[in-house]
Amino acid sequence: MDPRTSTARDLDPAPMAPIRAEHRPASAEDADTSPVDVHVTLDEVSVHYGPFTAVRDVSFDVHRNSITALIGPSGCGKSTLLRTLNRMNDLVPGATTSGSVTYNGEDIYAEEVDPVEVRRRIGMVFQKPNPFPKSIYDNVAFGPRLNGTKRGLDELVEHSLQRAALWDEVKDKLSQSGLSLSGGQQQRLCIARAIAVNPDVILMDEPCSALDPIATLRIEELMKDMASEYTIVIVTHNMQQAARVSDRTAFFTVDMDNERQDRTGVLVEIDQTDTIFTNATDPRTEGYITGRFG
Amino acid sequence: MATSPPTTERRSLKGSTRERRGDPIFRAILMVAASSVLLILAAMIIRTSIEAWPVFAKEGIWGFLTGRQWSVGTSRSEVTGTYGALPFIYGTLLISFIAIVFAVPLAIGIALFTNELAPSWLKRPLTYTVDTLAMVPSVVYAFVGMYFFRIEVWAPVGQFIAGTPAGEVPFLSGPVLLSSYWSAANILAIMILPIITAICRDVFAQVPADEKNAAYAMGATRWEVMSKIIVPHSFSGIVGATMLGLGRALGETLAVAVLIGSTRDMTSSVFQPGDAMTALIANTFQDAHPEAIWALLAIGVTLFFITMAVNITARLIVARVNTRVSGGAVA
Repeated sequence: MDPRTSTARDLDPAPMAPIRAEHRPASAEDADTSPVDVHVTLDEVSVHYGPFTAVRDVSFDVHRNSITALIGPSGCGKSTLLRTLNRMNDLVPGATTSGSVTYNGEDIYAEEVDPVEVRRRIGMVFQKPNPFPKSIYDNVAFGPRLNGTKRGLDELVEHSLQRAALWDEVKDKLSQSGLSLSGGQQQRLCIARAIAVNPDVILMDEPCSALDPIATLRIEELMKDMASEYTIVIVTHNMQQAARVSDRTAFFTVDMDNERQDRTGVLVEIDQTDTIFTNATDPRTEGYITGRFG
Repeated sequence: MATSPPTTERRSLKGSTRERRGDPIFRAILMVAASSVLLILAAMIIRTSIEAWPVFAKEGIWGFLTGRQWSVGTSRSEVTGTYGALPFIYGTLLISFIAIVFAVPLAIGIALFTNELAPSWLKRPLTYTVDTLAMVPSVVYAFVGMYFFRIEVWAPVGQFIAGTPAGEVPFLSGPVLLSSYWSAANILAIMILPIITAICRDVFAQVPADEKNAAYAMGATRWEVMSKIIVPHSFSGIVGATMLGLGRALGETLAVAVLIGSTRDMTSSVFQPGDAMTALIANTFQDAHPEAIWALLAIGVTLFFITMAVNITARLIVARVNTRVSGGAVA
């Protein structure tokens, strides 16, 4: 394990949560829970594409070693928001992010922070399985090789594939193309590939939307299993999925500005998943979850 | 106000489209179009080969390809001269190879910069500039090569190289002449640069954003994404672009004829004059006797087969790399 990561984990100040709590939408249940270990904090995060505001003033905490689901109707900016957490939006021309995202106590948008370094700690799995057109082995070894890892690569590849619950299926064909696998296997390969650079947060952008129900179930089990070791933030369109896998759920909606013809994503509320699904504070959440709109 | 929907008469399932004549006619037209290329090609090969045959018959194919002496005869009916094409084949391959070595890395660099690094206000001008270069007629390249580049750029650079320790190698030794393999190779490099750049740009743009994002998300830098994702992914496209450039370099006539110096000797130094297949044809066919025309046609046939060999090699390379990369799973 990366020594920096483990140190950061040990030293992470738990009392951070109360300081940021004031920014969170009110939630009685949340206040009851014992001091939580906050891993990532968003504070007044907005994302603009040129003059267009995609997401406005989002603040919430992501708890360590838990699964946080971001749900909401299309266009509510949840994927955009997810991409602010590892600075992937930096790659989009014209995109600007304001507010702060604090990871292990550090603002990842601070001037001296290297986005490349951020992405090595905060990994990402995409909507469509996107293995490289390389062998299974080379796919997993890609990230470690970027970091200059040469020794112990075999062990690292095996470990990552095991962690992604793919090892048994591919151990005899590591030299075959990653593209020869089924969709679900490809997605687990992508998870193994993300794990291989040893991140401690993994962002998943609708990781199952291109998969069949059985492959989806396997990925969900894998996510729950991984949560002991990683902090996971998942964007999903599938509310059942959010209910099945996540510990906490954030509900986003679209704020229409008819005057400016503008659609902006805003956070409605975030809470324990049970609470969101059974006893949401905001009527909009309940409306969405019970299928009245969106 | 309700209008009834337009009704279409239902036809029998059997043969309703067979009554329409357009399909077979269109198919026939397309087949003629497609077969015309084959016919044109076949006509050219057969006709030139027949004309050139007496020369191949006298020298032998191998003798023609490896002979170093080229002295034309004046007969109208038989082959009396000696025709060895090696100096021209060597010249053509040498200048084309150097041109590729110079142009391909530069083109890849320009394409990567345009696609990945250039700020958006610069992309368009860059693209237009390259495309404009592609449209410049070769006579213009020949002129600027002759009156400007060779005098003010290539010869001085050649002098410099010949003056370094590398100049001890016969291939890079002086004296540096204005008209030389070196000048011809350089003009070719400039002339094939736009087409290679344009194709590389398109090929690089085809790399799925997903793949690039996956690499970025693992903490790859821009340089790593370019060198480890974009370029490897585009390998077959780069080979294709290179081969197109090579094809143009092998076939380019005017600029080479003007700049290569046209000597029949195969000089060992790249800084000295030589000759190339196309240049020989262009420079001598106008007042050639019939047997010399046959010999020039033989050169033409040889050039055609060289070009074809280049193409087949390229396809083999591409096919091989594709199967290795995709494991046969995707085309």
